[in-house]
Amino acid sequence: MTTKDATYTYTLRLGDDALILGHRLSELCSRGPILEEDLALTNVALDMIGRAQALLKYAADIEGKGKTDDDIAYRRAEINYYNHLLIEQPNGDFAHTIARQLFVSVFEFLFYTELEKSRDETLAAIASKTIKEIKYHMQHAIDWTLRLGDGTSESHKRMQTAVNDLWMYTGELFEMDEVDAQLMREGIAVDLIPIKAKWHDDIKTVLSKATLLMPEDTYMQTGSKKGIHTENLGHILSEMQYLQRAYPDAVW
Amino acid sequence: MHNEHSDTHFQSRIDNGEHIEAKDYMPEGYRKHLIRQISQHAHSEVIGMQPEGNWITRAPSLRAKQILLAKIQDEGGHGLYLYSAAETLGVSRAELIENLQSGKAKYSSIFNYPALNWADIGAIGWLVDGAAIVNQVSLQRTSYGPYSRAMVRICKEESFHQRQGYEIMTKMMRGTKDQQAMAQDAMNRWWWPSLMMFGPHDTDSPHSSDAVKWKIKRETNDELRQKFIDKTIPQAELIGLTIPDNKFSLDEKTGHYKISPINWDEFYRVIAGHGPCNKQRVDHHIKFHEEGAWVREAAVAYKQKHVKKELETA
Amino acid sequence: MATDTQLDLWEVFIQSKSGLPYIHAGSVHASDNKMAIQNARDIYTRRGEGTSIWVLPSKHIVASNPDDNDMLFDPSNDKVYRHPTFYVMPEGAKNI
Repeated sequence: MTTKDATYTYTLRLGDDALILGHRLSELCSRGPILEEDLALTNVALDMIGRAQALLKYAADIEGKGKTDDDIAYRRAEINYYNHLLIEQPNGDFAHTIARQLFVSVFEFLFYTELEKSRDETLAAIASKTIKEIKYHMQHAIDWTLRLGDGTSESHKRMQTAVNDLWMYTGELFEMDEVDAQLMREGIAVDLIPIKAKWHDDIKTVLSKATLLMPEDTYMQTGSKKGIHTENLGHILSEMQYLQRAYPDAVW
Repeated sequence: MHNEHSDTHFQSRIDNGEHIEAKDYMPEGYRKHLIRQISQHAHSEVIGMQPEGNWITRAPSLRAKQILLAKIQDEGGHGLYLYSAAETLGVSRAELIENLQSGKAKYSSIFNYPALNWADIGAIGWLVDGAAIVNQVSLQRTSYGPYSRAMVRICKEESFHQRQGYEIMTKMMRGTKDQQAMAQDAMNRWWWPSLMMFGPHDTDSPHSSDAVKWKIKRETNDELRQKFIDKTIPQAELIGLTIPDNKFSLDEKTGHYKISPINWDEFYRVIAGHGPCNKQRVDHHIKFHEEGAWVREAAVAYKQKHVKKELETA
Repeated sequence: MATDTQLDLWEVFIQSKSGLPYIHAGSVHASDNKMAIQNARDIYTRRGEGTSIWVLPSKHIVASNPDDNDMLFDPSNDKVYRHPTFYVMPEGAKNI
């Protein structure tokens, strides 16, 4: 495939992660365990949606068919979204939200640190800006993992359950296919193999400090690179796309 | 030599335009009035996150979604500034929350109305925040220092809220027939409740005279309501919205708009708990508060363990 | 079950630019130091208002008693010789 096509798909994957996670976090508005945390999570959501906008706009530019970032965000079918399965999992209780944040933000910190060296200038620039935000997201997730893991017996139990429940989606973060291979040859994409090892070490350190057990490796769920998702994505998109689908000629 | 702990001395400080700070002498009535007013204002901001929050997941563009999230975040932040101000008066936030959830404390009745279509988000920003701004600008000069400072902060942030709302209404009125219908529908439902936000007519307002004497309240309900009407009607007409009042008119002599009588039955009914969303709003607040208890407990437990560890290794 | 709290009350001071004083911005609720800093950042610096944050538990603030205002502050009002404008300089004096 052409570099253009590969970069388009690669960018879409990153954009969809930001889009769907931003959406999940935005669901928590007015539902936080304490008012300050409501604002904290909303801030993370805002960072992600801003990142989604930048990435999806770039994807639209690459495609060159005159679409906007909104067209890309709101007008695809489920099978054309490429966010990781972990991202679309429900918020669940606060422990599930934090466990998802921990796994994703540690991954994104490692990933975007490498993407900053990409030969694609736009992706490198987006990575540069993103790293500052991600540092904060990661710190926030780690701090809460410690508080919940090493808090009360109830919070410990809930956090361990959350870590166990989400573990099967973490493997997919490190999958690579022909898109990655091609773009790696061109110095555009990030090699996920060294990142996987580093991620494991970092997560192990945090979980251990939080008195939590790292789950045993298991069969890792997969499919998002082909647009095969869990049942969650359909519901997310029904809500997200509703107004654009119901009033296709309207400008918002 | 005057007694600095006397109500007379306190009143003369107020009359001189001085600010009262947290540790200053104040009559018990002043303290109680402020706790009630500031905490109700705070509760309103927090409850207000719900009707707007109803449309976050359906926001029709990435820009609209970010703007709405930022706005709601501000509302939460305003609640926080106001709870902070209330806490300087010797009451805890936990106590204030308990009062909200038991129904002992009130919040602005406007948030007991539902947000039914995307244009409601526009109407809430333009009309509800617009009304709040009129009130809040006035409160910047309130006599209690922490409250006044919170209001100055809030006013700085509030003006984007109103613009965000008006921008949505404008876009929809310039859009498709469906969008125009939604905008007019939202206008029809939010106009009168927004006017009721300023409270009963001056002649019917029980707390007013103390509030004015103590310079907690700087302008009357009717004065503020008139300000709002006068600035908002032209904004509505500019974008083609119809005021849902077939008897309103501009008095050429005074330059003020005259409106039909307000339906105070509806106002009192909603305050008494029979608005469309009263139960839902409080139930939501209670639900997430209770669901969050284990998280708050964990934070406290973690902190205690680590303080203990620090002491052990010292 | 522990009594539910809204965690502890902390006071927040923000420095808007390096070199400037830290100004009291308000308060936040938090349990530990890190949470207090993060909450202060999320509540009080959303519009780029700060480059540095101080937080401390409200219970550690010691405030002067307004009843003591007379004795604390009045005595400095008549010591005009502390101000440079009190002094008469000969005409033509430079750099002083």
